[in-house]
Amino acid sequence: MKLQRVRDANRPGIALTLDGAEIAAQQGDTLLTALLAGGAGSLRRSEFGDGDRAGFCLMGACQDCWVSVAGVGRVRACATQASQGMKVTRG
Amino acid sequence: MRIAVIGAGPAGVRAVETLVAAGHRPVWIDEAREGGGRIYQRPPQSLRRDARMLYGFEARKAEGVHATFERLAPVVDWRPETLVWHIRPQARRLSTQHQGRTQATVDYDAAILCTGAMDRVVPVPGWTLPGVTTMGAAQIALKTQGCSIGARVAFVGTGPLLYLVAYQYAKAGVTVAAVVDTTPFATKFAAAPGLLRGGATFVKGIYYIGWLRAHGVRVVEGATPVAINGTTDVQGLRWRGSDGREDLVACDAVGMGWGLKPEAQLADLAGVPFRFEPLQHSWIPECDTSGRTPVEGHYLAGDGAAIGGADVAELAGARAALALLQDAGQSVDAVRVAALDRALAGQQRFRIALERAFPYPAALAASVADETLLCRCEGLTAGELRAAAREDHDVGPAPEMNRAKAFTRVGMGRCQGRVCGPAAAEVLAASLGRDVASIGRLRGQSPVKPMPMLVPEATP
Repeated sequence: MKLQRVRDANRPGIALTLDGAEIAAQQGDTLLTALLAGGAGSLRRSEFGDGDRAGFCLMGACQDCWVSVAGVGRVRACATQASQGMKVTRG
Repeated sequence: MRIAVIGAGPAGVRAVETLVAAGHRPVWIDEAREGGGRIYQRPPQSLRRDARMLYGFEARKAEGVHATFERLAPVVDWRPETLVWHIRPQARRLSTQHQGRTQATVDYDAAILCTGAMDRVVPVPGWTLPGVTTMGAAQIALKTQGCSIGARVAFVGTGPLLYLVAYQYAKAGVTVAAVVDTTPFATKFAAAPGLLRGGATFVKGIYYIGWLRAHGVRVVEGATPVAINGTTDVQGLRWRGSDGREDLVACDAVGMGWGLKPEAQLADLAGVPFRFEPLQHSWIPECDTSGRTPVEGHYLAGDGAAIGGADVAELAGARAALALLQDAGQSVDAVRVAALDRALAGQQRFRIALERAFPYPAALAASVADETLLCRCEGLTAGELRAAAREDHDVGPAPEMNRAKAFTRVGMGRCQGRVCGPAAAEVLAASLGRDVASIGRLRGQSPVKPMPMLVPEATP
């Protein structure tokens, strides 16, 4: 899944990592936006072998966008603000 | 008197406004950082833009709600980014967690729950692929993050949001591959006389549909979704037209939704009884037209009580606060109460027509193919749930939703059946050959959302 930035796409940049790979994001992004606009493709893998997930409701209800942030723990990517230097791992 | 208001959308804002005007200083709690709810959710400071761009025709209302929120937050006990994960109606105590880092309990004498709604969906093969979101999600991405869910987006479902979101995407320059409505034109046409009561709301709906067609966006009515194509991401949307022929559009994202359903888990934990509302085809918590529930001291307002939309939520929030004040023995402005009651009654008539115009496709949900994933959280297929309705367990086949949950794990995952619940109920009811209202609903459980354990108490 690739989120497309269609408005306000010239905000100051921030950098974070997903599973060690650099992700370029922008100030004001949620973690979900940062990762999925930055080319992550997916956020977690279903525990039941049915493939990758990338969130669904974007309003903190479906619980399908959980990722882990170093020093913070597991968070809903849709309800967490991205910040400079975040180290994120999938699922 | 200690009053708690949960939710800072249109209903919560008007409830708190009314309470503050009567001299109270409620505790006001929301999971979001700011007020506005989902409908008037605001982007972070760094991408603020003018309200007209963000909220279209609703800009004035959005600004009104935001301005009122900003005036009220400093004069009440405002607790942003806080989840109410449990409510004990006898002890009148809320359990809350702030940012997943600290916890606190809140004691109250009266509470108004304005907990909002989420999209109601029907599982379609491929619906768990990255690139498939709810209609609400597609709108939130655009409104609060300046993003579309893809470069070429198809929308499937029914209801006013289907056309509104497609319009908003096309206006933002995103290619809308198709708008696939499961409701036939004739159904909407038959409801048109009632919809006229909606006045401006109805006219706006017609405007969006007309605009889409005039701009060459493909709009299909009376369709049946067949599948979302793709193996690791979305490649296309397939459906069967009203003439029975299959059709396909290429796209890299799909937004889906069939109206909204109340987020009523806290009302459930508070002991409020639920009833099946046939027109909305949904279980809703019981309350009177003022928002009073059968559980003393507990009030409901907005879409968390029954789907009515933002305008109703503003009226209902104020009305529930007035009911609370009346019950507490405070005098209230009888003229205002009567005006709110009249306005709410008028809106209710429009709502009935709207539900008739865009009915939930229960038959479609009941016929989800055996191999299709039904419960996203637990990776459970529709076939597995049907098997639970046939199998003779020691205690017989699953006779209702909670037993089916115990047998199959349907709705037992992280979302607690928020997403799969309505469709799972249709599948189970059809398997048992019974009416959907007779097989019950998934009970709410505490905590209402997953949260970290071992979180320290907040220091006052």
